[in-house]
Amino acid sequence: MNTGASNFVEGVDWVFKLLFGISAFFLIVITAMMIFFVIRYNRKRHPKAVQIKDNMALEITWITIPVIIVLFLFYYGFSAFQPMIWVPKDAMKVKVIGKMWQWSFEYPGNKVADTLVLPLNRPVKLDLVSVDVIHGFSIPAFRVKEDVVPGKNNYMWFTPQQTGNFEIFCTAYCGVRHSYMGTKVRVVTPRQYDQWLASVKVASEEPGGLQVLKKNACTGCHSLDGSKLVSASFKGLYGKTETVVTNGTERKVKVDDEYITTSIYEPDKDLVSGYSKGIMKSYKGIVKEDEAKMIIEYLKTLK
Amino acid sequence: MSENTHLHEEPSYLVDTGKRKGILAWLTTIDHKRIALLYLWSIMVFFIVGGILGETMRTELYKPGQQFYGPQTYNAIFTLHGLIMIFLIVIPGLTVVFGNFVMPIMIGANDVAFPRLNLFTWYLYILGAAIVVVSQFTGDGPPDTGWTFYAPYSTQTPLLPWAIYATAWIQILATPVIGITLLMIIAERTFHIGFFDPALGGDPVLYQHLFWIYSHPAVYIMILPAMGVITEIIPTFCQKQIYGYKAIAISSLAIAGVGYFVWGHHMFTSGMSKEAIWLFSILTFLVAVPSAIKVFNWVATMYKGSIDLKPPLLYAIAFIFLFMIGGFTGLVQGALATDIQVHDTAFIVAHFHYIIFGGVGFAFLGAIHYWYPKMFGRMYSNRIANIAWGFLFAGFNLLYFPQFIIGLEGMPRRYFDYLPQFTTAQQISTWGGYILAIGMIIMIVNLFRKKGEKATANPWGGKTLEWTLPSPPPMENFTTPPVVPEKPYNYD
Ligand code: HEC
Ligand SMILES: [Cu+2]
Ligand SMILES: [Cu+2]
Repeated sequence: MNTGASNFVEGVDWVFKLLFGISAFFLIVITAMMIFFVIRYNRKRHPKAVQIKDNMALEITWITIPVIIVLFLFYYGFSAFQPMIWVPKDAMKVKVIGKMWQWSFEYPGNKVADTLVLPLNRPVKLDLVSVDVIHGFSIPAFRVKEDVVPGKNNYMWFTPQQTGNFEIFCTAYCGVRHSYMGTKVRVVTPRQYDQWLASVKVASEEPGGLQVLKKNACTGCHSLDGSKLVSASFKGLYGKTETVVTNGTERKVKVDDEYITTSIYEPDKDLVSGYSKGIMKSYKGIVKEDEAKMIIEYLKTLK
Repeated sequence: MSENTHLHEEPSYLVDTGKRKGILAWLTTIDHKRIALLYLWSIMVFFIVGGILGETMRTELYKPGQQFYGPQTYNAIFTLHGLIMIFLIVIPGLTVVFGNFVMPIMIGANDVAFPRLNLFTWYLYILGAAIVVVSQFTGDGPPDTGWTFYAPYSTQTPLLPWAIYATAWIQILATPVIGITLLMIIAERTFHIGFFDPALGGDPVLYQHLFWIYSHPAVYIMILPAMGVITEIIPTFCQKQIYGYKAIAISSLAIAGVGYFVWGHHMFTSGMSKEAIWLFSILTFLVAVPSAIKVFNWVATMYKGSIDLKPPLLYAIAFIFLFMIGGFTGLVQGALATDIQVHDTAFIVAHFHYIIFGGVGFAFLGAIHYWYPKMFGRMYSNRIANIAWGFLFAGFNLLYFPQFIIGLEGMPRRYFDYLPQFTTAQQISTWGGYILAIGMIIMIVNLFRKKGEKATANPWGGKTLEWTLPSPPPMENFTTPPVVPEKPYNYD
């Protein structure tokens, strides 16, 4: 049994050590030779250069040695990668959904969470799904990473071998909040895992409006708790008086059903003062009218 | 040798002799040496702009959180920084400046084959650059897609900059694959033909393939002239024939050849076929071999030479050192298991800056210090040049080496903000960036002081033909056909 945070750590790190060892050796030897030559054959000390004829044997040696080394490195790199492809049959499955700029994790039974919680020592296969652009799903501590490509069924697998919290990053550039598209994986004992899973709300128990907001990743730009992300929070929005720019002139409007509907379908029409056009795209054809109504009802509750 | 192939009274190419005078004479010149300088000045201006953009990013990254501009601006700036550095400087750089200045002289010609076309190309280059700058201020602000413009994210940016970009790059590069790819993006946006956007039935990974099929060989397009410069500098300052002339020439061809088939190593995590992956991996490893051979030959040339450690040679040695680090860390990406860990992290940022800046950039600076006396007829201060070199070398390593370390720890690239554990490394990088900038300033001041003594025809004891002409050369390079030595780099 190896000791890394996942089953891949030991194999991958061994290849790293091999590569860095060989690199450091050549880097030091060649640099030392250059420095030695510069000192030893300095023009003051060595005014006349000695011309040297090409030596076939020498050249063949230094072609052959790198070829052998790189083939050897290829082999080790490949064999440590090989196990990442073959997913064990008994792996438990979690669906990872990437959306600008949030990760969500769908467990069996339609349960959705925004941190990835996993039981210790159990192989897990993550199915990677994107609903918009390419994202990258990376857990450095586990030495795994795979692009999350819309329309493609990419996946990864691993076995967590240490309990604790580990970072998850989005590694494929995906827009303004790319650097904030991170969360954590929490590895717990199987018992804690079962308890946790039982406590996760089934997605359909949440208010309908909230589900729509999450489904469309509105919450990537608008927070629900008053904190400022890309844009103003939804908290306390409904009913307040907003300064907006319409056709270049500033005016004040009360945030009501109509204003919110316009904001969703034509976000650049009544532009909130202080923002530039084009940050929020139109959700025409994406958020249906009854869904927009659900959003409005939900926003009313966010006092 | 043919030291006196022309009359010494003849005015140098820097003196206006035609009907037009001053700036107009320069803008209408068809002399390859003057065109080289036009490129040199324009590249310098772009480099200063690109460099300042880079320094603002380093400053923004000094601490976690926002310092003085927001993520949208940051993303636009790293896109612009990459575009300027890659397309306006590194790809054309060495070839248009030094290729233009010395190549015709080296082969004993009075000018390039099509001098008017040569000038016209400079105008296209400036036009392309101008369009890039203008497109930053049209539409809804600058694109923020990164210089790779990965779809489908990129197909969501405004159309006009796209059209303009496409034209500009096609003009500058006239490179079919990238041209067609950009056209496909435009067609997708305009006519909703699905190539890359899955919502239209396209394949986003196809875009990546097309992009890298062009762009990986482009890296070799950038590095090969740099290697050529090093192969000029080392023999001169060691007063020795280049070791393994044939091996060096064949290695260049091998790099160019295999280089066309390794693009897939940019995409190991894209979910491409697992069978294709190992092929790309093995080819990536093999392309390292000819580069290694060149390094061995350069170092072997120094053996038993008569070495004069002047600034150009210092830059050449720095090139070899930095290029080795860039190359070795390239192997980390060739090896599948380790590439998964470093892909799309700061490690990659460090790796390609070591190759492109440490490699191509230092070769460019070496070339400037090498041919400067020939170009301007004056010497610079060696002492100040050495000091500038020290700042550049130290600053460079401080700037990029920490990025390898945080990259290994998982710090992704193109991040506006980062977790607190990466702060120390980011701060060292930022200081390194400032030290590098100081080095640049010292270097530029040294070259433009205009105080140096007059340069002789052959200050370094070079053996190629340009050193047989006075410094600076006359407008017509050779009044009588030069005597070409039977073998290049002959120091017998
Ligand atoms: C890319 C980030 C982004 C996303 C995603 C986004 N918005 Fe916005 N939104 C903004 C910005 C920026 C503004 C302010 C500028 C404007 O009025 O267009 C805004 C404004 C609004 C406003 C007006 C707010 C006010 O303070 O008056 C509403 C309502 C709104 N968005 C709703 C939504 C809904 C509902 C969704 C999901 C269907 C959504 N937004 C998704 C960025 C976003
Ligand atoms: Cu993302
Ligand atoms: Cu991202």
